[in-house]
Amino acid sequence: MTATTADTTAKPGLSLAELTLKRRNRNFGFASLVMAAIMGAVFLSSSRGDTATFVLNDARGQLFNLPDLSLPVVPTVAVLTLAVLVIAYRQFTVGFGSKSVVMVGVVAGLFVLAFLTWAAAGGQLSVVGLLRGTIARSTPIALGALAGVLCERSGVINIAIEGQLLAAAFAAALFSSMAGNAWVGLAGGIGAGLLIAFMLAGLSIKFKADQIVVGVVLIVFATGVTSFLATQILAPIPTLNSPTRFPTIGIPLLSEIPIIGPVLFRQSILVFGMFAAVIFLQYALFQTRWGLRLRSVGEHPKAADTVGIKVLATRYKAVLLGGVFAGIGGAYFTLDAVGSFSREMSGGRGFIALAAMLVGRYSPVGAFGAALIFGFADSLATSLQLLRVPVPSDLLLTAPYVVTLLVVAGLIGRLRVPAADGKPYVKE
Amino acid sequence: MSDEQHDGPDRPGEDGPGGAAEDTRPGGIEARAPVLLSEEEVAQQEIDAAKEREAKAHRIGEEATFAQRLVAALTGTSVIVTILAFVSALVIGAFIIALSEAEVREAMGYFTARPGDTFSAAWEAVSAAYLALLQGSLGGRSQISETLISSTPLILTGLAVAVPLRAGLFNIGAEGQLIAGGMIAGLAGFSITGLPLVLHLPLAILAGLAGGALYGFIPGILKARTGAHEVISTIMLNNIARLVSAYLVSTTLFRNPDRSDPVSKNVESSAMFPRFVSDLRVNTSLLMAIVLAIIIFWLVERSTRGFELNAVGLNASAATSAGMDPNRTLVGAMSTGGALAGAAGAALILGVQGRLTIGFSAGLGFDGITVALLGRGRIGGTVAAGLLFGALKAGGRSMQAQTGTSLDLVLVIQALIIVFIAAPGLVRAIFRIKTDELATGQVAKGWGA
Repeated sequence: MTATTADTTAKPGLSLAELTLKRRNRNFGFASLVMAAIMGAVFLSSSRGDTATFVLNDARGQLFNLPDLSLPVVPTVAVLTLAVLVIAYRQFTVGFGSKSVVMVGVVAGLFVLAFLTWAAAGGQLSVVGLLRGTIARSTPIALGALAGVLCERSGVINIAIEGQLLAAAFAAALFSSMAGNAWVGLAGGIGAGLLIAFMLAGLSIKFKADQIVVGVVLIVFATGVTSFLATQILAPIPTLNSPTRFPTIGIPLLSEIPIIGPVLFRQSILVFGMFAAVIFLQYALFQTRWGLRLRSVGEHPKAADTVGIKVLATRYKAVLLGGVFAGIGGAYFTLDAVGSFSREMSGGRGFIALAAMLVGRYSPVGAFGAALIFGFADSLATSLQLLRVPVPSDLLLTAPYVVTLLVVAGLIGRLRVPAADGKPYVKE
Repeated sequence: MSDEQHDGPDRPGEDGPGGAAEDTRPGGIEARAPVLLSEEEVAQQEIDAAKEREAKAHRIGEEATFAQRLVAALTGTSVIVTILAFVSALVIGAFIIALSEAEVREAMGYFTARPGDTFSAAWEAVSAAYLALLQGSLGGRSQISETLISSTPLILTGLAVAVPLRAGLFNIGAEGQLIAGGMIAGLAGFSITGLPLVLHLPLAILAGLAGGALYGFIPGILKARTGAHEVISTIMLNNIARLVSAYLVSTTLFRNPDRSDPVSKNVESSAMFPRFVSDLRVNTSLLMAIVLAIIIFWLVERSTRGFELNAVGLNASAATSAGMDPNRTLVGAMSTGGALAGAAGAALILGVQGRLTIGFSAGLGFDGITVALLGRGRIGGTVAAGLLFGALKAGGRSMQAQTGTSLDLVLVIQALIIVFIAAPGLVRAIFRIKTDELATGQVAKGWGA
């Protein structure tokens, strides 16, 4: 209890902002050096093969075929390592100012390229397969993150995304199996997402319960109910767990573009829906009156109330709309990715969606970008198993979590949270 | 513990509230009296105010000591609400059992013709399941032993969540901390050989505590240094722990070479918690949990550190003004929580399982969250909640074996209990309990904290 209050340790002549910037540059520089060291030490010294082959064509065939890209491993990795070293040098000496966060991304990208070159050495890596997998696997994460963005922008913390995904996956499988129609399944999934959203909204808006607690409890609830019903109903009656899935649709012409075509334009309707949802929400939240009202309720509900915006109703609507998106995301598991329900099949992706929302700083496009990173790591783990790379897939799968941890700790620091997030509103 | 100081701290109440107020605080009357009021009116007002304060002090301890206000903050809901929450959860659970039973659904097919069939089928299914649940948890000495076995890690992970909760931190990371502690305790348990029990077991326990503490320290220091929110960082650390432990179990350091599946070597018998009686599975890890709970109770409720912990949890900026260091407190709280979760891992590996497997934590860290919430962040309450959920778990297993009702039902019941506890307004609305003040059940801090 010594009363040494925090006296600011700013050196004379340097403002606090300059100091933090300097420290940040140094940290980024060290991180880049470590990356370069790994690239040089591990990737250059391995003897897995001389050339890395990247297959750029879709396995299904397409109108225009590209030649396979064959790169000599050692020179390619050497060039990439050198580039990282140059960036590290600049970070130590001059710094990149406002672009330093971008440069961290560039360094990470170069590292991944070097890693892929090393991994594909002496083998073939399907670029299209890797990127298609990235989009597919990021779909439920992105949709879940949109649910989070909507809720939290309106001032309700939504930890329960995992529960929404799981409940929706279950309901989608059940309804699609019973009706033999994927659209009915989707409706069921949305219904389940809405149900959890309604419980979240009611408990946190009307009954003013602690929102983080409610979120965690709803996850436990959804896990319990779906696991219970899966054991009691789906297991003895397998016909209830064989849903009709959405087919993969190739958009004419667009899907014939090399690389981009099969990755972006030959997917299931749910993936297209996810693209549309991201764009729609980004526009709606930041360019429309509806979005402004929603955000005002999350930032300063009293002010919003004063000008006649119905705070509680706006929050209810936002949480329920979020439930729709999370429901689509959950339906993706059973109507697209897997094709049957299994216990706890969402496997923590709701938590990843939460992280994507935070890393994306509460914006739909940002959250989508973060979801892509997670999807990429997920997809990469599968690709590497095919290549028989001597990296344990368990360790590789930790990569997105480590990255999130670093991003939340280093890049974001103190996040700008909607001011009224998590606070129940009581009209005076 | 709230009984000892129930009368207000600054006045003895013998003369009745009004007289006391008038006698002891004449200055207050002058200061507060608007000019237009006569002396009698002022006195009357003062009496009313004192009466109300008195009533409030008894009800929620508002004019009471710091400890009482704290207790009131954490127990915004009464014991009645807790019991009603439990009953409501069981009732909803009964509906779920009934609906999931094939015979009940069959009988519902001809409900309009013979409604009695539906009810009798439902009653049979529900009563059989709940009877098995009760008998499986308390029906005999081996059942009680199973309950205590299940309770031990739950008490510890519950405390692992409860201690940081008192500092306003929501530790979702008990799962990862349990894995870290269990892995290291297990490693110490099978890699060291030739030590006597009195040395080896404490060493392995300490290893588990240290592993968990270290894993709890990470989100604490990240929060203190960079402001990374503990909910996100602990979720990430949970996943990292899960994946890394799955990898480690398959490495030569851990893996049992005699087995084809990824399972670790067996923990030496000198590092296993000895049983109380040879024919019951309950073992001395229960004693460890009790000792730790007592230490934590003293630490949180009685010590200076605990005072700081609670102060930071109630109002971090006020605590800073009073010369406390909130950052040190939150790192300490998370590390302590981590150590407790690590102890749960040690109890699991050195007490029951005897070896490490993939996914050995089995969600016990997440169960700890519900346990701590049911205990409302209080040490005694958390221990009681751990015992209750342990009983539900042990009973649930025997229910699954006897009546085929899935163990997952217990998860549903647990979640429902917490829903009702977290939203006391919901229970009051259902049972039409009238109250003056509406507790919000706010425990953890939002993102911005």
